[in-house]
Amino acid sequence: MSVLTSARPQVVAIEASEGYWRSVLRRFLKDKVAVAAAIVVLAIVLAALFAHWIAPMDPYAGRTFRRLRPIGTEGFPLGTDELGRDMLSRLIVGARMSLLMGVTPVLIAFGIGSVLGIAAGFIGGWFNTAVMRTVDVFYAFPSVLLAVALSGALGAGLGNAMLSLTIVFIPPIVRVAEAVTTQVRARDYVEAARASGASALTIVRVHVLGNVLGPIFVYATSLISVSMILASGLSFLGLGVRPPEPEWGLMLNTLRTAIYVQPWVAALPGLCIFVTSIAFNMFSDGLRSAMDVKA
Amino acid sequence: MTLFLLRRLLYALPIVLGVSLVCFALVHIAPGDPLISVLPPDATDEVRARMMAAYGFDRPYHEQFLLWAWRALHGDLGMSIATARPVASEVIRAVGNTLILAVAATVIGFAFGLLFGVVAGYFRDSWIDKAASTLAVVGVSVPHYWLGMVLVIIFSSELGWLPATGMGPSGSSGWVPDLEHLKHLALPALTMSVIPMGIVARTTRALVAEILSQDFVGALRAKGLSEGGVFRHVVKNAAPTAIAVMGLQLGYLLGGSILIETVFSWPGTGFLLNNAIFQRDLPLLQGTILVLALFFVVLNLVVDVVQTLLDPRIQRA
Repeated sequence: MSVLTSARPQVVAIEASEGYWRSVLRRFLKDKVAVAAAIVVLAIVLAALFAHWIAPMDPYAGRTFRRLRPIGTEGFPLGTDELGRDMLSRLIVGARMSLLMGVTPVLIAFGIGSVLGIAAGFIGGWFNTAVMRTVDVFYAFPSVLLAVALSGALGAGLGNAMLSLTIVFIPPIVRVAEAVTTQVRARDYVEAARASGASALTIVRVHVLGNVLGPIFVYATSLISVSMILASGLSFLGLGVRPPEPEWGLMLNTLRTAIYVQPWVAALPGLCIFVTSIAFNMFSDGLRSAMDVKA
Repeated sequence: MTLFLLRRLLYALPIVLGVSLVCFALVHIAPGDPLISVLPPDATDEVRARMMAAYGFDRPYHEQFLLWAWRALHGDLGMSIATARPVASEVIRAVGNTLILAVAATVIGFAFGLLFGVVAGYFRDSWIDKAASTLAVVGVSVPHYWLGMVLVIIFSSELGWLPATGMGPSGSSGWVPDLEHLKHLALPALTMSVIPMGIVARTTRALVAEILSQDFVGALRAKGLSEGGVFRHVVKNAAPTAIAVMGLQLGYLLGGSILIETVFSWPGTGFLLNNAIFQRDLPLLQGTILVLALFFVVLNLVVDVVQTLLDPRIQRA
């Protein structure tokens, strides 16, 4: 497996990694809430991947004569939307865009933020100051504001929305990465490696990465829930996915006018965002305690 | 003390500069012609050039930035392209409205968050603790724009108790805390309060639990102090952190109100941003974001200073 080892200082050997991961899995499986959350996350991901096979109807095909049917209508178990399209099918297919928009920025930010943060923590000095002061500037913007400002300036669209969210999530990841790397750098085994003549790259690869990627990753998973809400929020404002593409935030927006006609149908897309976000949150919490990360 | 204040202020200066740079850059990362919404599509090159010069878009970036920052420093944020009114006055009016909403939400969120947090911290692992923890997770996981819609469905559409949108019977002018205005405030403020509520409950629970586990609490009890007396000590120890969290949350709510304001048609900064984005009114977008971000920086500074004043354990050096 990978070289990820625990944050505990004594675990350095590669051979220990399998044992560590087994113990993480064992602890994770004991946590009933985390397992339930993992199952929900898995179900949503699978639904998104196989959406076009699972969806009972064409999510784009509408009929004006069957607009805004209530939940439980024959043939439309979750009713129909404002253009007479099957809600169930649109919610299933909508999972694709919502997940893509929510997860991708965190993954990219995890990559960029880790590199920057680890480099800042390891190199230190002026480089650290330059990176961390830049990060401070982005911290001066509340995340919602920054996301809206960037995607508003860049213009509506899926790519711009994801780019904005990536920029929003890089600074917090850099901060966490820098903090854990600075801690690890001060440990005795890094000192020992340096004394034994290991190059900086070797130290980073062998000793630092293995000990910092775990905590950074756990932190990144906790951002997915926020990202899902923000991403759908951008679509809700009309800054993300464009119609007629099904996406939960956009669906919530277009159904807003229907809340006096079919309130519970109109609320469904938001429920999907909520369930996904809470599942990711609890999954991340479980992962954090199973991996014994204190951050 | 003065030294501490000075240092803290000095530390904020580069942040302010950075924030201004980001806001300035917003207009320049925008694709297309910045004058696209002012000029007719068939404008001649000569008119275009004259307008570019009038707005200063023909100068090099650093000159444009200095000019813009100099004007902003004097309260001039330029003219709104859509309404031709000064951006500064539009933003100030909107900030007032958002502040009403954010303060109300902070008060509600804090009252309940503290209550849940303290109770959960005192009775750890009881059902109250579990309920409070669940509430905390729900609070941070719920898409608040959706929660707002659900509250409208329940309290306006189904029960008919509260108005669904707007700030009051006469629009946004002349806000006074009377019954009619408070009714309009109820749903958006309640929706917004869920965000700090969860975070405050979580922080307070951890704080109280940690304080109660410390030796001095045992010592206080051993010397025969009543539970009420012990609680006073808990409050004293928890207050600086709690106040810091409160200040930061208020800042987040001020800056993050756009989605809730859109749901409830609340005429605040979020509403202004929404208009600015869809009318491609870049000076308005830039000005609103600058004001909100600077507000957040100042709030952070105040929180930091207040926390240091309240908590003698923090070094003031």
